[in-house]
Amino acid sequence: MRLVQHAVHRRLHRVMRWNEQRMGAAKGLKLALRYVFPDHWSFMLGEIALYAFIILIGTGIFLATFYQPGDAQVIYHGPYALLRGEQMSEAYRSVIDISFSVPAGLLFRQVHHWAADVFVAAIVLHLMRIFFTGAFRKPRDLNYYIGLLMLMLAILEGFAGYSLVDDLLSGMGLVIAYSVAMSIPFVGGQLAYLVWGGQFPGSSSFLPRLELVHILLIPLLLAVLITVHLIMIMRQHHSQFPGPGRRERNVVGTPTWPAYALRSLGLLFAVAGVLFLVGGLVQINPIWEWGPYHPYLSENGAQPDWYIGWLIGALRLMPNLEPAIGNHTIIPNPFWGGALFPLVVFGVLFSWPRVERRLTRDHLRHDLLDRPRDKPVRTAIGAAFFSWVLIIFAVGSTDRIFYRLNINYTGQIHFWRIAVWVIPILVFFITRAACRSLQRSEIHPLRAWQGTIVRRRPDGALEVVGESPDRVRPEPSEPARGTVPGAPGD
Amino acid sequence: MREEPSRRVGSALGVLIALRTAVRAAVRGREALPPEPEPRPEVDPAERTVPANPRAETLVAVLLLLAALAGFGFIAVFIIFQTNTQLLGLTMGGMLALLAAAAIIAGKSVVPQETAVEERGPLLEEDETEELVEMIEQGGEGVSRRALLTGAGGLAGAALVGAAAAPIASLGPRLHGIHTTDWHRGVRLLDDQGRPYAVADIEIGSFYTALPEGGDPDHLGSGVLVVRLPAEYLHLPPARQGWAVDGIVAYSKICPHAGCAISLYRYPTYAATSAEPAFTCPCHYSTFAPGEGGRLIFGPAGRALPQLPLMADGSGNLRAAGPFHEDIGPSWWNVHRGES
Repeated sequence: MRLVQHAVHRRLHRVMRWNEQRMGAAKGLKLALRYVFPDHWSFMLGEIALYAFIILIGTGIFLATFYQPGDAQVIYHGPYALLRGEQMSEAYRSVIDISFSVPAGLLFRQVHHWAADVFVAAIVLHLMRIFFTGAFRKPRDLNYYIGLLMLMLAILEGFAGYSLVDDLLSGMGLVIAYSVAMSIPFVGGQLAYLVWGGQFPGSSSFLPRLELVHILLIPLLLAVLITVHLIMIMRQHHSQFPGPGRRERNVVGTPTWPAYALRSLGLLFAVAGVLFLVGGLVQINPIWEWGPYHPYLSENGAQPDWYIGWLIGALRLMPNLEPAIGNHTIIPNPFWGGALFPLVVFGVLFSWPRVERRLTRDHLRHDLLDRPRDKPVRTAIGAAFFSWVLIIFAVGSTDRIFYRLNINYTGQIHFWRIAVWVIPILVFFITRAACRSLQRSEIHPLRAWQGTIVRRRPDGALEVVGESPDRVRPEPSEPARGTVPGAPGD
Repeated sequence: MREEPSRRVGSALGVLIALRTAVRAAVRGREALPPEPEPRPEVDPAERTVPANPRAETLVAVLLLLAALAGFGFIAVFIIFQTNTQLLGLTMGGMLALLAAAAIIAGKSVVPQETAVEERGPLLEEDETEELVEMIEQGGEGVSRRALLTGAGGLAGAALVGAAAAPIASLGPRLHGIHTTDWHRGVRLLDDQGRPYAVADIEIGSFYTALPEGGDPDHLGSGVLVVRLPAEYLHLPPARQGWAVDGIVAYSKICPHAGCAISLYRYPTYAATSAEPAFTCPCHYSTFAPGEGGRLIFGPAGRALPQLPLMADGSGNLRAAGPFHEDIGPSWWNVHRGES
């Protein structure tokens, strides 16, 4: 046994020496192995996004070797009987072939599609964690902007991906995107003509362009931005929640080697495992059921992938406002829901670090995170804002509610046109009050009941007989309620 | 006692300032406090334990062996069944899930567990920044016509960007010709199998999709909706009285909101309680009245559904009586909206 260990040691030594003689990287590698990761589950949301991206690249390379971005009409002769003899585009046929003829093709297609949904979901949850814990403050504001940019790219990338298929559903999505592009005042019409190479459904070069964007341009941009994102995290070190021994100028947690590397590798495998299990067992986007796209066809009750739902909701919720002078349209209606709404949402997110700096006049560097309750106003504004987007997202499903529950569609829309403004205001006040009351009571809502158990003695006096197992005594070193220990007036 | 007006203004201002202070205080709350005087001496959280846990090692080994089994299973399924998506997903996903379990258990119970403290250095070094600025500035030492060079460089940069961006214009044609469709006077209405629609084919309560004879079916303006309405629902604008044939009207199938094909037709089942006939787009539920020249009843569309004038030929087939009188499809800033 010792002999084996010795042999391993010598071999490792040889490899490292070989490496050292060429790169001289031992110092940097030692630092990387000692890099400290704070232990908190919410720090893994970004990692999940990263790992979903890796799965997307892997499955995407496989799919790209079969996909053909052609709009020439062909007749299908493959194994799927219900489409045999049907006229369709080369692009649609190639994806049908991936689904039915390529071994493991459908598995990879479905894993790819599920991974895209998980990718965007993980980014959104990661963004919320960053927002509500104040991790966007200096010095991380720059990295927060990069993250937002990646979220925009991820949504665009997902949309481009499912639009490549050229099935009925993707055609309907593309014509809406075309209409939104057309609706941009003054430049929209020409812009849409440039992107599509002419009037919708566009020239033969449109699908190759979309493929170029989907498999090269955006993935490359994302890969570069992810690299910058990670380098910047390494340079600044992770932020961390307050706790015993944790200060602004240190990081407490698990070093990379060996425990964290193994756990993170485990997370990579877990994400991949879940995606392959779901991709193998749970059907997603059965394109053979929608059929090929023609502009004069449409599908009733169609729903996009979830990350486009907020835009569909906004387009549906918008009243028919379309300013015109005489017969001259100034701003076509899809602009409001399809272009202005996402612009406002990302505008708010991009400007928040600046706005908060101005409101609080806090220009200091922060490496300790806030508990959301300790910043009631920020938390309440965030909750109101995200609930506003969430309501509009939910409005995208009003037609499903009509079909399933037979609740009048127009009634729902009229209701939400008002509720979309009222509910976020209520959410603001409720969240703020909840944060303040939590601050006062110091009870963690996710932990069990806390308190002491008292019993009354026969003589009437009370005695303490125990306390709840989860009772958390305030740590003297932990900054309670967002204040600083030992600060005046604490 | 009556207050002087100027006094009242003064007190109102005072109230405003107090309000502003209160709002600011509320917004800022405790957040304005300086973040950190270094805390009191405290316990060092750093610790390191070596689990030396043979049971966990065995468990990890078993999981890795099972993962290998699942991986070979995937290869076997791939060779034997090829396209059995469920089995492929189960074996591949199973292998990955087992690997995940092995790595996580190894990370938590086999290797040394360590909580380490790493110091976080400062980012801003004032001296370094100053030196950097000086180094950059030294690069311009002895340059006398700085403004001229900056201006010329800026212009050249703008030209570079412009010249690099100009070829974007080759991506698509200039925006014109969008107004024309394949519908002209005399074009027959065909179904998607290429058969002409006769006046007698069109029944009340159903809707039909028609394409132009000899036209491109995938042109955005080609799809047309055809319905027959009884007189009680037919209230076309005065200028369009001649556009219907025997109660049959035709409209562009492309919603003028976001370009989806309209595929929902609502027809009253019991006239006393039902709403009037309507076309509804399944994308954003813009709803149009076919009896009233395509007027918008509900939804986000900014204009009416474009109507196609109809006529019947000698053999009883439906033909277009002219082109669309307004632009079909989604609007843009210069769209021709039509009169209705």
